[in-house]
Amino acid sequence: MNIRVKFRKYGTLKFIGHLDVMRYFQKAIRRAGLDICYSEGFSPHMIMSFASPLGVGLTSDGEYMDIRVNTSPSSGEALARLNETMAEGMEVLSWKQLPADSKNAMSVVAAADYELRFRPGYRPEEGWQEKFRKFLSLDQILVDKKTKKGQKTLDIRPWIYQWETNGDGIFLQVSAGSVHNLKPELLMQAFGLWSGLEIPPSSFLVHRKEIYADQGTDGRHRFVPLEAAGEDIE
Amino acid sequence: MKKSALSDEILLSIQQPARYIGGEVNACRKDKEKVDIRFAMCFPDVYEIGMSHLGIQILYDMFNSREDIWCERVYAPWTDLDKIMREQKIPLFALESQDPVKDFDFLGITIQYEMCYTNILQILDLSQIPLEASGRTKEHPFVIGGGPCAYNPEPLAEFFDLFYIGEGETQYFRLMDLYKEWKKSGASRETFLKQAAAIEGIYVPSLYDVSYHTDGTIASMTPICPEAPKKVKKQAVSNMTDTFYPEKPVVPFIRATQDRVVLEIQRGCIRGCRFCQAGMLYRPLRERSLPVLKEYARKMLANTGYDEISLSSLSSSDYPKLKELVYFLIDECGSKGVNISLPSLRIDTFSLDVMSKVQDIKKSSLTFAPEAGSQRLRDVINKGLTEEDILTGAGQAFEGGWNRVKLYFMLGLPTETEEDRKDIARLAEKIAEKYYEIPKDKRTGKCQIVVSTSFFVPKPFTPFQWARMCTQEEFLDRAYVVNHEIKEQLNRKSIKYNWHEADVTVLEGILARGDRKVGAVIKKAYEKGCLFDSWSENFRNDLWMEAFEACGIDMDFYTTRERAMDEKFPWDFIEIGVSRAFLEREWKRALEEKVTPNCRQGCSGCGASVYQGGVCHEHTRQVP
Repeated sequence: MNIRVKFRKYGTLKFIGHLDVMRYFQKAIRRAGLDICYSEGFSPHMIMSFASPLGVGLTSDGEYMDIRVNTSPSSGEALARLNETMAEGMEVLSWKQLPADSKNAMSVVAAADYELRFRPGYRPEEGWQEKFRKFLSLDQILVDKKTKKGQKTLDIRPWIYQWETNGDGIFLQVSAGSVHNLKPELLMQAFGLWSGLEIPPSSFLVHRKEIYADQGTDGRHRFVPLEAAGEDIE
Repeated sequence: MKKSALSDEILLSIQQPARYIGGEVNACRKDKEKVDIRFAMCFPDVYEIGMSHLGIQILYDMFNSREDIWCERVYAPWTDLDKIMREQKIPLFALESQDPVKDFDFLGITIQYEMCYTNILQILDLSQIPLEASGRTKEHPFVIGGGPCAYNPEPLAEFFDLFYIGEGETQYFRLMDLYKEWKKSGASRETFLKQAAAIEGIYVPSLYDVSYHTDGTIASMTPICPEAPKKVKKQAVSNMTDTFYPEKPVVPFIRATQDRVVLEIQRGCIRGCRFCQAGMLYRPLRERSLPVLKEYARKMLANTGYDEISLSSLSSSDYPKLKELVYFLIDECGSKGVNISLPSLRIDTFSLDVMSKVQDIKKSSLTFAPEAGSQRLRDVINKGLTEEDILTGAGQAFEGGWNRVKLYFMLGLPTETEEDRKDIARLAEKIAEKYYEIPKDKRTGKCQIVVSTSFFVPKPFTPFQWARMCTQEEFLDRAYVVNHEIKEQLNRKSIKYNWHEADVTVLEGILARGDRKVGAVIKKAYEKGCLFDSWSENFRNDLWMEAFEACGIDMDFYTTRERAMDEKFPWDFIEIGVSRAFLEREWKRALEEKVTPNCRQGCSGCGASVYQGGVCHEHTRQVP
């Protein structure tokens, strides 16, 4: 059976890169004694895939991985066993059984929520919120993105679904996943260039809040958290 | 929430920030207000190397088993962070608490290889602790060294307050108890050092005077107070089964060099290879019992979640119950996706059977370490591996489906001739021929033989401690001979040859057999910018050469000079059980090309039996 696991990553563990997070969970699952499935072949590996790699330096309340298990205890027990063995900076939040026909997390990622917060002492000058509002009211936001083949100019405005500024930061809901993955850092870079404000990447913290699948039809989005695809095991 | 000694900005600007944040699974957190002693345990190299070291994991577990001690870990900041810490005057910190090392009671440094000596100075410097022990006050931690290089601590004498000679499991608690009393008493730093010197195995360099002959050799080494013993005795665990071993080793977030459960099956070695320092230092061979090892394997895998377990020892094949242990591990691990790695195995029917079960034959290679090309020279070094052993083992392996062989040799061994060197190439050729004897339809492509040579460094407490060491040019000429001879072989296309630069070897030789005078050179080299000398991309031989020049130290004195049989060596004040008389006998037997039997074939009376344990007290017979 397939299980979707939601977890959060906080504190200094934001400095652990994606591949190391994967290796971390492989060990955690063994420590917790969970009955995960292995691939066939001479060097079997755990059947495990992550929804969307989180960059080094980012924290998150909504990370996901899918795993396949032979048997599973109740969701409550699985969470307790995993959290028992977590390092400070990782916490498992939900353990949901997926329907047999569901697609893997990575392939359904459509959007993500981010919270950006300026570090103390790095807040841009007064009035940045107004500038940000004007920036987001542009019809087009063109950015140059480095690709494997060179540089490409992209319009990222259609990928910004919701936004809001507050005292110290910005809330963003943006396109994510394999089609158009908009990193908040790219948006902020474009904002800096457009506004002339000094916003180096080190001046703000990025926190991912949630990752969504899109269940909308007829070209209209209906974003639901990835965990909604599964059910708790009693 | 956990604090961090480094800001986000710094951590995001350096390679592998995870090296510096601590907080790994099984790392030990304590309330610093509730402990009496804070011990910073340091491996003076980068995190990934240091975290792979078993010794620190054992001592970390041992210290933290006591409520009154909190032992934390420290590793050498890589060059990128080193620069930032100097610029911003950030004191070096321990991983667990992220507190500055300078506020600790002890800084323990394990000294595993000579080429980390400049990193030791880096650790002290970044910690803001005076480099010289003589400059430290009650405000500073006591700096204590241990590990294999502490068996010749003299080049580092001025930088350490104390050295612990031997295995840490035995005397550390006594030292800690003494420290607690001393702290309460308010007595001077010197008082503690004198009292510590009276503990068996503790060496306090400042309590000894060394005088020299006009030729530079040592005339005498004398204790300056009654507490300091004339001879410092190596400490060794007598019962390996009933001692400390970590059931919950710390699991790094990032991939360490040794990223697996390590099961130390035994300590010491019966073989008596004459070049091998570990083989002498860790005598006598002592085993852990099979039931205990089985239990450790189970617990450690469960507590770490590792997907690999490795056996550790100097010669695993000599563990009497190896078969039982390995088949147990295969049963226990196979179904759980856990791999087994078996280094230092003699190639025979058993090991090939096991290897075919635990490794993918197509991807793995066989390793032989004949160390010398000819039987004559193998007799000189007492390496009991014959050409027949190698060819038989290789033949069986080729029939089992392997086609890759790695061969390790040393160049620059005592008595080595041109013919011995050429025999390295010829041995590789014979192995290749063995492969091509197999009918073509049963072979899997070409065979690949990788020959690697390292340069021989005479080490203290080995029969070769008297030996002359080659110069850089001599070493390289020897490598060229091997390289040329390999190109002459029929199957040269199946043989690949690797060798290294020789400059770092020469330096290793000086530091290994150095005396107190060499300390100044280490400091000078460090001041000139030498750091991470064991990393070829960082090694600056030119700066080291300038340092020797500036200090007026003659390198040849430590390397190419012929040593008289009765010369007083800098490390002679240490007793390791193995006697100088035995080493002398072995050196003479080497020159006579005489093999000495291993400890199980018969006791040669090396002296290690004073430790009341291990192989010496198995039923053995005296050599007539």
